[in-house]
Amino acid sequence: MWRWLHPYAKGEATYRLLGHWLPWLAISAALSLLVGIVWGLAFAPPDYQQGDSYRIIYIHVPAAIFSMGAYTGMAITALIALVWQIRTAEWAIAAIAPVGAVLTAVSLFTGAVWGKPMWGTWWEWDARLTSQLILLFLYLGVLALYYAFDDKRTGAKAAGILALVGVVNVPIIHYSVYWWNTLHQGATITKFEKPSMATSMLIPLLICLLGFALFTAAMICWRLRHEILRQELHRPWVQQELIGQEKLN
Amino acid sequence: MNNVTTWQVISTIIARDWRVAMRRRSDILNPLLFVLMVVTLFPLAVGPGPDVLGRIAAGVIWVVALLSSLLGSERLFRDDYLDGTLEQLVLLPTPLAVTALAKIIIHWLLSGLPLVILTPVCALLLKLPMDGWATLMLTLLLGTPILSALTAIGAALTVSLGRGGALLSLLLLPLFIPLIIFASAAVEGALVGAPILGQVLLLAGLMVLTLTLAPLAVAAAIRVSVN
Amino acid sequence: MTSLDSVTSHPVAQQQGTEILLHAQHLSSTRANRLLFRDLELSIPASSVLYVAGPNGSGKSTLLRMLAGLYAPSSGTVSRFATDDNETWQRQTLFIGHKPAVKQALTALDNLQLQAQLDGAQIDDPWQLLETVGLLGLEDIPAQQLSAGQQRRIALTRLWYSRARLWILDEPFTALDQAGINLLQERFAEHCANGGALVLTSHQPLTWQPQQLQTLTLGGGHE
Repeated sequence: MWRWLHPYAKGEATYRLLGHWLPWLAISAALSLLVGIVWGLAFAPPDYQQGDSYRIIYIHVPAAIFSMGAYTGMAITALIALVWQIRTAEWAIAAIAPVGAVLTAVSLFTGAVWGKPMWGTWWEWDARLTSQLILLFLYLGVLALYYAFDDKRTGAKAAGILALVGVVNVPIIHYSVYWWNTLHQGATITKFEKPSMATSMLIPLLICLLGFALFTAAMICWRLRHEILRQELHRPWVQQELIGQEKLN
Repeated sequence: MNNVTTWQVISTIIARDWRVAMRRRSDILNPLLFVLMVVTLFPLAVGPGPDVLGRIAAGVIWVVALLSSLLGSERLFRDDYLDGTLEQLVLLPTPLAVTALAKIIIHWLLSGLPLVILTPVCALLLKLPMDGWATLMLTLLLGTPILSALTAIGAALTVSLGRGGALLSLLLLPLFIPLIIFASAAVEGALVGAPILGQVLLLAGLMVLTLTLAPLAVAAAIRVSVN
Repeated sequence: MTSLDSVTSHPVAQQQGTEILLHAQHLSSTRANRLLFRDLELSIPASSVLYVAGPNGSGKSTLLRMLAGLYAPSSGTVSRFATDDNETWQRQTLFIGHKPAVKQALTALDNLQLQAQLDGAQIDDPWQLLETVGLLGLEDIPAQQLSAGQQRRIALTRLWYSRARLWILDEPFTALDQAGINLLQERFAEHCANGGALVLTSHQPLTWQPQQLQTLTLGGGHE
């Protein structure tokens, strides 16, 4: 009987564990984002060349960094799911992909907004913007594949394989796009290149990075909890959990 | 005894798919006709002047090649899935990746190779200067196996869905990007007389890498799909 | 929910000196969030038949595919020929699902020969085989123009040259006429007499009485 119960205890245990982490992650994410963004937008000194428009960096750079980080995380999770057949890892793929896609979209949007004052155009075929755009396509592919399956377990496995194929391709795509960019634009200096940054600008950026990391982790925890509930809907513990929540409301 | 060798499996799968394809030749011809027609549209859309056409010719041919490789590619495993052959392939004693490689090879023979053969006609229609022809053929020869391998991954992932088409393009087109960058750059280089060895070697390297790793991904995807 | 009956006087698994081809323990399966069966234990000794019965949707096909190695069980283990070597296992097992794996565009003869090559079997006289299964004279017609029963006969031809010891057959009698069913059962008897074993599902009762028959009845989806 225990052998029978064992695999199903896993989902519940993970759910509870994430439930313990979630409030701490959420509170610290909110605090550090609040401090970092207010500091960055209101108190950090203006740039001597770009004036105030550089301040979008406090959103743009963390979003871009963690969009790539989330993809790597998703691929590692997919590898774990594929090799050890761990179901929680399969669900985690589905939990990470939308968060990563939104981060990528945010970095693209802020990049375009920043591009307007800098380059005078909303869209420039800059190497970084282009590879972010392709990263967004990769995320959308993973999501589309996952949601195309009625059986979500098969969907998660398929999406995981695609994520792994994607992560092998990401460096190739990345370098090909950079190479393509230098080929077609000659010696255009990308405006995002920051050889050095004053400490007074750097500290809020680091706080924002921390905030985005915590925020990403919190979002993934939250989504994974939902995913577990959805996948285990027919198990008694989920039904008890849902009834308990309804009583609280 | 029942000792089927790896080569026997590869050659039998290729022979079987070849015979099936020969019974339905339109499946091979239609994508080629698609390529010819799309190539015809370009002079009509941007004007027949050789300066414009010649400049975009290599890029157009490559984009059309990508699109045509997507056409009907969901059928790569579809029939096998529907008639139960895919299950039997999974149950073969030889590694599934070997089977996957055989499917990639036959897909290339039936779609990639005809495309390479058709290229001179497209180059002619698009007024690609003669300097670029050899390079264009070479890039297609190196690039179409990559297309077949990546297409096989996508087809294996979506085979159980029954509605691959648009989803398959969504999955695959981003993965084709490095290919199109290096290939068109090589042709462009050849047109201006720049050295192209680097791009060609990169493409060859990509081909080797893809043909090594893709069968593993296809095998994993098939296992998920028959489940 | 499930029951396992054995018509031999002793429970087969306990017989001395009988080689066990396949042994499954604590097998459970959930498909699409629905529990099909759980804690199933079964042993298939040489020269025996396991007949899996049960209504539609009770998990018969799932169980057979699990035993063949197409599905991973949700929990439990399947040990085969007391070996972990997957290759040996695949060589010793023949699975024919309810999709017959017959290429519609190819003729019966092509189908037979290509499948035999994949099975690694040497066929000296394909015509003889075609005659045995009653397809002689139809060998050069594409399979799609043959009837369902004739297509099933193409798939089942594998049973006449296969050297696999364990046959796992999902609904082998589907679409066959009575003569075909009798022919197939004769072949089953021959296989068991040669020390082979057989797992099959069917909605028809067997007219042939195997020496060792186990009947596994899977319960319906609703208890």
